[in-house]
Amino acid sequence: MKRYGTWIGWCAVLATLPTLAAAEISGKITLKGTPPPERKVVFDALCGKLHTKDAFTRHYVVGPDSGLANVFVYLKEGPPGKTYPVPEKMPVLDQVNCFYEPYVMGVLVDQKFQIKNSDPLMHNVHATPKVEGNKEFNIGQPVQGMVTEKSFPKPEVLVRFKCDVHPWMFAYVGVMPHHYFAVTDKEGKFKFPADLPAGKYTVVAYHLKAGELTQEITVAEGDKKELAFTLEAK
Amino acid sequence: MELPPTNRWLTRYTWLVVAATFVLIWLGGLVTSRGAGLAVPDWPNTYGYNLFLFPISHWVGGIFYEHTHRLWAALVGLLTAVLAGWLWARETGGRDRWLGLGAMALAVGLLGVRAMPVYVALAGLALPVVGWGLWRFAKQPTGLRWLGVAALAAVILQGVLGGLRVTWLKDELGVFHGLLAQSFLLLLTVVAVLSSARWRRGLAQPGEVRALRLPFLVATVLIFGQLTLGATMRHRHAGLAVPDFPLAYGRVWPRLDEEAVRRYNQQRIEVVAAHPITATDVVLHMTHRLGACVVVGAVGWVWTRSRRRLAAGHPVRGLAAVWLGLIGVQFALGAVTVWTNKAADIATAHVAVGALALLIGGVVCLATWNAVWIRRAMGGGATV
Repeated sequence: MKRYGTWIGWCAVLATLPTLAAAEISGKITLKGTPPPERKVVFDALCGKLHTKDAFTRHYVVGPDSGLANVFVYLKEGPPGKTYPVPEKMPVLDQVNCFYEPYVMGVLVDQKFQIKNSDPLMHNVHATPKVEGNKEFNIGQPVQGMVTEKSFPKPEVLVRFKCDVHPWMFAYVGVMPHHYFAVTDKEGKFKFPADLPAGKYTVVAYHLKAGELTQEITVAEGDKKELAFTLEAK
Repeated sequence: MELPPTNRWLTRYTWLVVAATFVLIWLGGLVTSRGAGLAVPDWPNTYGYNLFLFPISHWVGGIFYEHTHRLWAALVGLLTAVLAGWLWARETGGRDRWLGLGAMALAVGLLGVRAMPVYVALAGLALPVVGWGLWRFAKQPTGLRWLGVAALAAVILQGVLGGLRVTWLKDELGVFHGLLAQSFLLLLTVVAVLSSARWRRGLAQPGEVRALRLPFLVATVLIFGQLTLGATMRHRHAGLAVPDFPLAYGRVWPRLDEEAVRRYNQQRIEVVAAHPITATDVVLHMTHRLGACVVVGAVGWVWTRSRRRLAAGHPVRGLAAVWLGLIGVQFALGAVTVWTNKAADIATAHVAVGALALLIGGVVCLATWNAVWIRRAMGGGATV
């Protein structure tokens, strides 16, 4: 019994070695300048009942220290030869109170994700990809709790989703061939999975309004890089 | 060559179809202005329901606009089928009458099959039938029934195009759908005018209308060009490409370089899901503005010429004045569309008045190009 335990222990150590040797990239995106003010959303009668306060568009979500949310950050090209297991937990693009949640998210190529209607009313889900091979679709989700699974076969930054019943509802999904991507949080922070092999990479920070910035980085085994990007609102 | 005898009820009915079609264009404009074209993702069903059985409680948000548009379109289709049948029945007899009516009933009946291959086949057949109807009318202008055939084929094509726009998700179909709607309205108006004794008399009044033929035609073609530009802009779904007027991004002609377009997009805070604008969108918008100035100039010019050449009280002179007034309203609506950041109701009114402007241009062209023929057909002299 003791012998088996020792073997299991060694296996666990060996399994974690690549991770320990891998690099970790995180960072923060800030916005310089004053963005134009967001506009108030005028709901229809049914959606209006789901809101007690005014709601606004979400083009520039800026934190108190200028951290910019909803920036899609990714490696332009992932490490060669690496494969990516599909995560067990399926990402969800939810429709809550007549808004899409989250506003920006990412999935792997061919990874199934759920589109859910959590509202007690009808929505349609209209995806408008531009890359050839990713098919445009428009489906109805008339019933609360309805879930549809979808995936895209080609990488694309970013696929727009919209609801034509409620035209103020739109969101974006990034489709990546590797899992080194993240969406910045309310403080503008992001973090890639901590299993990036040593090498040279290009990191891209893309915001739908503020534009795109890139940084060339070289990481060694075990490196922990903290990146900073400053996008500008002109 | 004689025009068929007039029938007051037929004329009234045709004007009713014209009015219903105008309302349909208004509703269609509202659908695009509200960004609701794809709020109902299926066709010919509506969220799985038969079009006519979709519960009223579900007519909400964008669904309301799209579903109302579909229902009204069905009504216009039905009214047009009756009109085509009426025109055919009154001008034919014996076997021809029943063959024609049978073919029309078959075409309408096939729409009830509700299968995509049948719809596509009908649409494929409808376009040559429209051409055939117009060609037969050109050869035999006393046969209004041929315009009826063209109108029925056009309305079938239009309905199927609207459906295919939903199921095939092609913006290009939307542009054609919009332009065909305007042309269809014009076609029906021609039928209404030619079926009316009063209009025939009015348009056949003597005067130097022949000299006005080309200017009127040029102005009408320019208006159609403007409508094409407008439909293209609307169906690119990029929203308002230039947010200020009379200047454009603070300049007479806006910058179109990459950096400038990026800045324009940065500053746009859209409430709806509009595409980012491109330099093409800005150029289209500016061309539409320039086109508006050209149209105002052209219609002003034909109005001046009609005042010089036609006696006061001549209907063509009167129509030219109404036309110029309408173009003025249309120009103002275009400006207000920009100032209100493309408010849906204003943008829709801009579409509808555009349709009216084309309609009047078409009627005036009909009068100036065919006045000689109309007079002859009415038994008057040939000199106009």
